Amino acid sequence: MTDSKYFTTTKKGEIFELKAELNSDKKEKKKEAVKKVIASMTVGKDVSALFPDVVNCMQTDNLELKKLVYLYLMNYAKSQPDMAIMAVNTFVKDCEDPNPLIRALAVRTMGCIRVDKITEYLCEPLRKCLKDEDPYVRKTAAVCVAKLHDINAQLVEDQGFLDTLKDLISDSNPMVVANAVAALSEIAESHPNSNLLDLNPQSINKLLTALNECTEWGQIFILDCLANYTPRDDRESQSICERVTPRLSHANSAVVLSAVKVLMKFMEMLPKDLDYYGTLLKKLAPPLVTLLSAEPELQYVALRNINLIVQKRPEILKHEMKVFFVKYNDPIYVKLEKLDIMIRLASQANIAQVLAELKEYATEVDVDFVRKAVRAIGRCAIKVEQSAERCVSTLLDLIQTKVNYVVQEAIVVIKDIFRKYPNKYESVIATLCENLDSLDEPEARAAMIWIVGEYAERIDNADELLESFLEGFHDESTQVQLQLLTAIVKLFLKKPTETQELVQQVLSLATQDSDNPDLRDRGYIYWRLLSTDPVAAKEVVLAEKPLISEETDLIEPTLLEELICHIGTLASVYHKPPSAFVEGSRGVMHKRLPLGGDIGGSPAMGAGFGAAPAVMPASLNAPVGGGLGDLFDLGGGVGMPMGAYIPPKTVWLPAMKAKGLEISGTFARRAGVIQMELVLTNKAMSVMTDFAIQFNRNSFGLAPAGPLQVLTPLGPNQTIEVSLPLSTVGPVMKMDPLNNLQVAVKNNIDVFYFSCQYPISMLFVEDGKMERQVFLATWKDIPNDNESQFQIQDCHLNSDAASNKLQGSNIFTIAKRTVEGQDMLYMAIKLSNGIWVLAELKMQAGNPNYTVSLGTRRDGEQHY
Amino acid sequence: MIHSLFLVNSSGDIFLEKHWKSVVSRSVCDYFFEAQERASEPENVPPVIPTPHHYLISVLRHRIYFVAVIQSEVPPLFVIEFLHRVVDTFQDYFGVCTEAAIKDNVVVVYELLEEMLDNGFPLATESNILKELIKPPTILRTVVNTITGSTNVGEQLPTGQLSVVPWRRTGVKYTNNEAYFDVVEEIDAIIDKSGSTITAEIQGVIDACVKLTGMPDLTLSFMNPRLLDDVSFHPCVRFKRWEAERILSFIPPDGNFRLLSYHVSSQNLHPLRSASLVAIPVYVKHNITFREGSSQGRFELTLGPKQTMGKGVEAVLVSSQLPRGVLNTNLNPTQGTYTFDPVTKLLSWDVGKINPQKLPSLKGSMSLQAGASKPDENPTINIQFKIQQSALSGLKVNRLDMYGEKYKPFKGIKYMTKAGKFQVRT
Repeated sequence: MTDSKYFTTTKKGEIFELKAELNSDKKEKKKEAVKKVIASMTVGKDVSALFPDVVNCMQTDNLELKKLVYLYLMNYAKSQPDMAIMAVNTFVKDCEDPNPLIRALAVRTMGCIRVDKITEYLCEPLRKCLKDEDPYVRKTAAVCVAKLHDINAQLVEDQGFLDTLKDLISDSNPMVVANAVAALSEIAESHPNSNLLDLNPQSINKLLTALNECTEWGQIFILDCLANYTPRDDRESQSICERVTPRLSHANSAVVLSAVKVLMKFMEMLPKDLDYYGTLLKKLAPPLVTLLSAEPELQYVALRNINLIVQKRPEILKHEMKVFFVKYNDPIYVKLEKLDIMIRLASQANIAQVLAELKEYATEVDVDFVRKAVRAIGRCAIKVEQSAERCVSTLLDLIQTKVNYVVQEAIVVIKDIFRKYPNKYESVIATLCENLDSLDEPEARAAMIWIVGEYAERIDNADELLESFLEGFHDESTQVQLQLLTAIVKLFLKKPTETQELVQQVLSLATQDSDNPDLRDRGYIYWRLLSTDPVAAKEVVLAEKPLISEETDLIEPTLLEELICHIGTLASVYHKPPSAFVEGSRGVMHKRLPLGGDIGGSPAMGAGFGAAPAVMPASLNAPVGGGLGDLFDLGGGVGMPMGAYIPPKTVWLPAMKAKGLEISGTFARRAGVIQMELVLTNKAMSVMTDFAIQFNRNSFGLAPAGPLQVLTPLGPNQTIEVSLPLSTVGPVMKMDPLNNLQVAVKNNIDVFYFSCQYPISMLFVEDGKMERQVFLATWKDIPNDNESQFQIQDCHLNSDAASNKLQGSNIFTIAKRTVEGQDMLYMAIKLSNGIWVLAELKMQAGNPNYTVSLGTRRDGEQHY
Repeated sequence: MIHSLFLVNSSGDIFLEKHWKSVVSRSVCDYFFEAQERASEPENVPPVIPTPHHYLISVLRHRIYFVAVIQSEVPPLFVIEFLHRVVDTFQDYFGVCTEAAIKDNVVVVYELLEEMLDNGFPLATESNILKELIKPPTILRTVVNTITGSTNVGEQLPTGQLSVVPWRRTGVKYTNNEAYFDVVEEIDAIIDKSGSTITAEIQGVIDACVKLTGMPDLTLSFMNPRLLDDVSFHPCVRFKRWEAERILSFIPPDGNFRLLSYHVSSQNLHPLRSASLVAIPVYVKHNITFREGSSQGRFELTLGPKQTMGKGVEAVLVSSQLPRGVLNTNLNPTQGTYTFDPVTKLLSWDVGKINPQKLPSLKGSMSLQAGASKPDENPTINIQFKIQQSALSGLKVNRLDMYGEKYKPFKGIKYMTKAGKFQVRT
């Protein structure tokens, strides 16, 4: 007597048979038939033809049958919208049923039917259910609002359901509160700026109360919502932390991680000398360790998040190294993550243990894992200087095993160790050279060639070694070819007498026989250098190399901070900003860690900053973002590629509003002077004279530097162009938007008012270049709150072109670096009122979208 | 929130799908199948897989992949925890969680899934509540339902759903009132080849089976609560009381539930007395060697009890993944039986009880591929065992008291130690 019997009716006429059974008079037979239908549906069979017959079974007092019919309806209503209407009546009736279970079921099911006609009928029952006396019905209705919003957002807003939902946050029942929060969060995701979850100390208090009493899932919703709040000061922050910490002992790992997120964020505001701060740090470690004893899937997500936490606050887990040791039957995705965290936690204190483990891993079965373990040894050497020697000897031991892929990996990492600690471990070169023949991977070959070239003077048979590679030059990968070319040139510069022939050979191979442009160009450059000025060649090729940095794999601090605010989410699993990948979600709504209490000093300052993040990005993004985008838009422009950007003229004052006077114009910066360029057109029938202009007080103190030069009267249909020089010494008043300018123009007829917005770039002064050191120091000094990030879309420029272009607009590139194919430009801008704005521009080759982070140090300018 | 769920069996067929919002085409699972093909072992399929429009979050349980489809930003742990809850519920309802059991009960499964999530939001996941809404299938009930025409769906609103104790239903009645608590500790350890402990930690749980009438309020106290500094509680436990007095005070759910789980590591509490907290109950003497140029390898393994607090070590099972180069083994166990699978190279030895007077050993030779070089990897030995009536950490319950009801319940507490991931490197 199992349900598998429902699958057995596969003979012909099955649908017909079911139809007959559905219309049977016997209740029992009906129910069996509906069960068969559902069973077919679950395995993906199309039973939509039975729609009217199934719906006919809906009016029943048998709850199971009703539920089954509802299940069917949800699945098929969309394909049969007209038929679905038949069900509306029963739904509406069920919403009035004395049994709350049936009321809730009805409103819940109705929300799942994504048919417009049904949705219309849903509003009234839903409104009633949102105010139902039974909390079970209310909580179901709260979710229903989210469903309805997904189907028809406008309808939800028009019907005022959002306000009702907001009211439910103050409901007496914790489950209702939790569901209302969940529904609002989901709705807010599609409306990034709607400010639906208006969090204030009162609502926070309600959420914290509900947190203790609702289900585990509700706790997750509430905690995630809390994480969006920015406390006013460190005391509020501490009191929230105190009420959230008990969640760390919850059996549900998602609750734990959400609580960790809240604590990691709010901790930022606590002064570090506070006792509580230390207590909190200690409390965070055990729950994170516990997550690692859970199932592997949970471990994986936990490890990805721990990776972030370790980068942000290494002190939390610094004594817990052992829990990250790999068990041989961990799934590979867990092993690799553990390895990564082990390296991040490696320090002088625990390096011996770590190395012993890594060496153990290097003898495992899984090749990928072994390779990563060998690399990890190299990373340890680079990270912990005191351990370098030990690491090198471990690597040598591994090379002795002669396991092919181990040897190759080891050679690649030894190359990096040489770059970090030059002239220290060259004694091992002999051992490396013994394994030359076994190297078949390009990366390992290239690494070995680099070593031979770099230390040619210490290797007696360097020329023979390199020559042996040269034989199959054309079969090598580009990486190896380039490395070989450079290595032989180095060798030649070090031992010119014996190797002339060799260098000739490689240069001709590279320049004449290769069709790889990179290789050819490098070959030519060397050739010319060597033939014109060997001394210069020596200086160039054998120049001292910069040491490689310790942690090239660290996440950029700005991204790290954002990710910390997103602990537990998909973003944290992928280590990418949330805006980068989740489809159709929020616009650019960046979360930031609040300002640290210990930097801000007094609580009052903290409070000041607390409010800032909400305001800042919006006001900053609009004018500056637009402006910078415009600066790039000039892109293909032919006219004056080096000049400052001038936006096209727009109509500021239409003739309709000014008794026939039309004013259009723009702003420009020419030779250090800001100019307002106006075009006045007389569209009236009479002559206009006596023009004058005045500005209202504005954010940057712009004021006319002279009178408006309209000397001749302006006849009907006449147009005149005037340009008005501006100064920045006028009275200052903060405008909203910041770059708003209110203007009054007078003529013989009347006074007219209009407002216009000037591009911020106009205020960038020419002496905006900054010393690199100063830039660096200033950049570090910028409080997080004064930073903002946004993207410029669709811009096809490379970094140099962009830098030139921007320089034309007085945006000066101070430094440039390239990380993982991303070019980063660091730029400085000085505004006419002496404020510096620093910017970081990230561009990726082939990706037309740039990311700009802006920051300014002046605290007073946080609204900018 | 959670959009859809697909259940995929080990041969890669989708045998059940459920959608909580609009229908997502099965073809989304193709990305999962791709990842599955790339993975060397079934358990190596990554738990989070991105696709162009969705994310797939999966868990593998009982050889079934539970693949959840999500579209917007949802905490992955939330999804994984929910999937676990689905597995637990199926197991609870059908005794086992297999493809056959799910197919046999497909309508109940569907009803359950519908009840557990609403629009992707968890609705009722507590087994107590679910059981009131949808009665688990039993042979008797099926027969009765067929005769009387009654249903297995509850007509009443589950009472626990909204009370402050959502985990307990009201009106529970038993003739025999009993409360059993099992303290079960699993030891995870890595022992290196010289026999010294690299890591050792204990994952402990207290599982309860409480069948008490009415609304009993229980308190449980320990002789040595200081051991428990890293704990996760069932929601019923009053956290404040624990913080203040180190006493577990709770109104229990009805039936089986996990009261708490805890973690004891060698470094957590007493950095100075490190290893003493986690005693290693067994030791292994091993000698697995391969000689260069010889097609024979030597294999010797001896087990012995170490710190077992006088209790016997039983149900011992040794397994090891031997290197790929090993063709076959010729070994003699002094007790128990051993098997070697020449295809998977898995050696397993069912030892049984360890007799401290006559230590079990497994000795003999391994034959290698002729002419092949000596294997690079060192096999790791995995050991399972049980020790009855003892909790390795030394955790002891002091007393269990009941308030709020008048009858005298029968109380029982049992201790057990098991090996979790207990690995010896060679």
